[in-house]
Amino acid sequence: MTRQRPHAGITLALAAGALALTLAACQREERRFREAAPGATPSGSVRLSVLQPGERRPTARHVASGYDENSYALQEGQRLFNWYNCSGCHANGGGGMGPPLIDDEWIYGSAPENIYETIVEGRPNGMPSWGGKIPSYQIWQIAAYVRYLGGLTPAIANPSRSDHMMYQPGSTALPRPVPTEPKQSFRPPAGEMP
Amino acid sequence: MRRGPTLRRRIAAGAAALAVLALLAACRGASDQSALEAAGPQAGRVERLWWFSFWTATAVYVLTVAALAWAAWRARRREREGGAQPLEDDRGMTRGVVAGVAATLAVLVVFFFYDLAVGSALSGPPTRAPLTIEVTGHQWWWEVTYADTSPHGRFTTANEIHVPVGQPVLLRLASRDVIHSIWVPNLAGKKDLTPGYTQTIWFQADTPGVYRGQCAEFCGHQHAKMGLLVIAEPPAQFAAWAKHSQQPAPEPGDSVTRRGQEVFLTGSCALCHAIEGTRAQSRAGPSLTGIGSRRTLGAGTLPNTRGNLAGWIVDPQRIKPGTHMPPNALAPADLDALLTYLESLK
Amino acid sequence: MTTSVLTTAPLPPDHARDAEEVAQLERTWRARRGLWGWLTTVDHKSIAIRYVATCMVFFLLAGANAALMRLQLARPENTFIGPDRYNQLFTVHGTGMMFLFAVPVMTAMALYLVPLMVGTRDLAYPRLNAFGYWVFLIGGVFLFVSLYLNMGPDTGWFSYVPLAGPEYAPGKRVDVWAQVVTFTEIAALVAAVEIIATVLKLRAPGMSLNRIPLYVWSVLVIAFMILFAMPTVAIASTLMLAMDRLVATHFFNRAEGGDPLLWQHLFWFFGHPEVYIMFIPGLGFVSAIIETFTGRRIFGYPVMVLSLFVTGFVAFGLWVHHMFAGPLPQLGQSFFTAASVFITIPTGTQIFCWIATIWSGRPRYTTAMLFALGFIVVFVIGGVTGVMLASVPFDLQVHDSYFVVAHFHYVILGGVVFPLFGAFYFWFPKMAGRMLSERLGKWHFWLLFIGTNVTFFPMHLLGLDGMPRRVYTYLPERGWGELNLLATVGSWFIAASVVVFLVNVLKSARGGAVAGANPWGAPSLEWATTSPPPSWNFTHTPVVESRSPLWEAGPAMPVATGLRTDRREFLVTTALDAIPDSRHEVPDESIWPLIMALAIGVTFIGAVFTPWAYVAGFTLASVAFGGWAFPRWSKAPPPPGRLDSSSPAREGA
Repeated sequence: MTRQRPHAGITLALAAGALALTLAACQREERRFREAAPGATPSGSVRLSVLQPGERRPTARHVASGYDENSYALQEGQRLFNWYNCSGCHANGGGGMGPPLIDDEWIYGSAPENIYETIVEGRPNGMPSWGGKIPSYQIWQIAAYVRYLGGLTPAIANPSRSDHMMYQPGSTALPRPVPTEPKQSFRPPAGEMP
Repeated sequence: MRRGPTLRRRIAAGAAALAVLALLAACRGASDQSALEAAGPQAGRVERLWWFSFWTATAVYVLTVAALAWAAWRARRREREGGAQPLEDDRGMTRGVVAGVAATLAVLVVFFFYDLAVGSALSGPPTRAPLTIEVTGHQWWWEVTYADTSPHGRFTTANEIHVPVGQPVLLRLASRDVIHSIWVPNLAGKKDLTPGYTQTIWFQADTPGVYRGQCAEFCGHQHAKMGLLVIAEPPAQFAAWAKHSQQPAPEPGDSVTRRGQEVFLTGSCALCHAIEGTRAQSRAGPSLTGIGSRRTLGAGTLPNTRGNLAGWIVDPQRIKPGTHMPPNALAPADLDALLTYLESLK
Repeated sequence: MTTSVLTTAPLPPDHARDAEEVAQLERTWRARRGLWGWLTTVDHKSIAIRYVATCMVFFLLAGANAALMRLQLARPENTFIGPDRYNQLFTVHGTGMMFLFAVPVMTAMALYLVPLMVGTRDLAYPRLNAFGYWVFLIGGVFLFVSLYLNMGPDTGWFSYVPLAGPEYAPGKRVDVWAQVVTFTEIAALVAAVEIIATVLKLRAPGMSLNRIPLYVWSVLVIAFMILFAMPTVAIASTLMLAMDRLVATHFFNRAEGGDPLLWQHLFWFFGHPEVYIMFIPGLGFVSAIIETFTGRRIFGYPVMVLSLFVTGFVAFGLWVHHMFAGPLPQLGQSFFTAASVFITIPTGTQIFCWIATIWSGRPRYTTAMLFALGFIVVFVIGGVTGVMLASVPFDLQVHDSYFVVAHFHYVILGGVVFPLFGAFYFWFPKMAGRMLSERLGKWHFWLLFIGTNVTFFPMHLLGLDGMPRRVYTYLPERGWGELNLLATVGSWFIAASVVVFLVNVLKSARGGAVAGANPWGAPSLEWATTSPPPSWNFTHTPVVESRSPLWEAGPAMPVATGLRTDRREFLVTTALDAIPDSRHEVPDESIWPLIMALAIGVTFIGAVFTPWAYVAGFTLASVAFGGWAFPRWSKAPPPPGRLDSSSPAREGA
């Protein structure tokens, strides 16, 4: 019986396309159990303002943590957000005693290293310092989750809702992120001024 | 080439099968986690049901294959004797098929009613009020809580269930995350721990001993290493253990142990683990009250020795990759003190 | 009504005698050449052979997964494969074998054999058939590509929530699983529709219901089962699970009023009939093979047919036996115990009827016959352990342990794979025109038989000794090492048997002995045409006067002439007695099934990543549907009985 074979060219094109997808999916779906964290950023090098006294010192800009695009890291951040009781002050992003995390106002900056430093160092008006208590790589995972709450992570890697009573919202329940640069304000919410 | 099954080949096949069976009988698993080493009435009834089923099934199978072999042999013989045409349907064959079906039906009916009887015998605990223990499944460990009439009497441990010998025990099963299943084959069948439901299972241990169980519903990365121990001890010993467990952890006696407690409370341990009598009260991870006297670490994964405990604390991901406990880089002196402290929590 | 002329045609077919008619049929039914022809063909035989080959590729890939799993489990605390990769391997092994091999290969064989066995020219809806294949191919490729991209599903082939839910299964892996299931469901539903319509309305004149071959009955039964079972899992996976994960619905979220147990019910309501859908065509294969190689009709035909229906029907009443450990009331569980125990009666009846057939026949032990007998020897072991598992107390001991793994591999290897290979040896001459090597076939059979038993028999003991399923490793103190090593060695025998089979197929496809129309002396209609059959299957429509037409026919068989040769058409007959009723135009080649399949692919693959894919896909599917159903003007056909030499009329739909 006659059999027709597809052209080699089409096969090659399909293979090339598949290969292109390879790199993308591998990274997003990687489950990294034992992390060599990007390391604590050298303190002092994460700055919140371009103004600095004295001579110019190098500033760490947007440490590529790789957690923003990793589904497992974001899901772990969601779990740890509950386990370490971040939701005690921040609820599940809506805020309470602590400021909300699902808005676009970032007091101390929205870049991953900013959030990392905030968690490690603590902040005035009640944010505890978790450095030395929560392992460094888990803080990066939580920071990535906080960025997700603010709508700053790529949609394809986003975690989804939680499956229990302490409802952590899926991305469809979060407010739409504003497509401009997130605001950075130095003013904590009123009523909590020092 | 036309070759039917010859007698010699059939004997050879039968001998090979027997050899395999003998080999299998020799390569048995450990007896502390086996449904064929029943240590209680639950498992005992099921084991008897198993042997009845096994021998019945073997008989049915042998008869069926023998019938097939005999049919093939008869056809061959008839052909060799010069039978030109195949036989047509006849009453004999109808009777044969009907007899086979009737025999099968009879065996199945007997099996079915025997099974129903076993099922109803296993269904409820005996009239004596059973000891009630709450077991909550987590990824990938077991939270075990002994309730009591008074709040003081209530205590929580992890991955080990102590029970008195000869008394019925009722487990109330819940899950904190995904579906797990508790299975201690020496003692009873399994039951799922389904989130949102509370199920119960009862068993009784008639022989003192340590019986191992494992989670039997796929629950994620470390489903393979979510084991537990059921320790059946004489009632007096059990009562003493329960009384002792109701006490808060002993205060540290010397400076090293005190230093260890300080490392525990001020480092990352207290964020997830509780020790009764201290200010560490987190419910995220297993309770460490009494960890010094537990037989295993990591839900039945490692024997509880100082070296294993050190390895587990420093890098649990190497032993159970994917588990929720992070690695902890501790200074050697701190680690040493912490180990001494944990070992003191008997 | 058409006027047909009853005459006779020689057996085997004599194309020289009918040269002019054959030439006209050739022109009418000729497939187009080249890549375009390959993409647009609607010939059920080309599509089915492609379908079977694709299923075998997935069989090899899923089998490779199993080989890796067995290597990991050969020693305690082995570090060959870590937990994450192992979870993906066993999930894709199960999903691939169940959804991409076992059911599709059975439906693909049916799509090849049914038109030939009922004596018609093609399936009822040829373009739909092509669509079903493309959808299946896209789904299967999606699954395995995802595995190689580290995106393979990792929560088990039945993907219980909440583990597979939004909180505990990060990433896109489970979404991939949910959508792959949908592709295979669509393909299976297409096959079911084809089989039902073809068997009920396109049978050769005279093939009343009591003359339908047993194999055709078996696939008719599973076609109805597919219609009732498949939609459940498609709804549960694509709709409910995917929506829970993607847009935060709460179908399985107990905290908001959903229920994780709902997933289990929906899945197993499909899942149990699914395994019978895989198994019942195997029974049909065995009937066809035993009939031919004992030289007599299967004993007890009405009882055989009834057994198929009873099995298919009762199969829908068993599903809770997968959930005995869950939160269900005991009384309810007992009903399912009863059904699970007594469903062995119809299958047992069939086995006794086969034994009676062999006893009163003249058996020839070709490779196909060996596989049919091997089925009985292997499957019955799985059958008796299945009866044991029907008992609630015993099931609670061995549920989710290696005992169950042993049970279902025995019933699947014995009940699906052995008959399937037997069917390959039996029908390969018809499909390819060449005989497979009997010598290699015997090697294949014995290696598979030994491998099956050495691999899976020890697992019964492992399960009783406490080894749970789906574990990537185990502790040395458990004592499970030796039996696991034995099982791994057995898996090498299975792998070797598959290699032998592939070598056999590759060598014989070109170089095997040439097969005539009926090399085995079989009784059913597919052997009344050439090997391989021409695109139009039968030059003259066979007329059936008994249950085994070719045995009654002698040197010439009765045929009806009168179908047109200048356009593609087939004969529609009545459902009960197959009295000729009308003639129906058969659509010719079309690209629209492929485009529709691509639209479906865009929809469901895109739905893994964004809900907007449904919008895009719906639009594309509408366009494709429009192209598919677009009416084409036709000339009025000339009166029947006269050959029209002008260009063939084409009608839409």
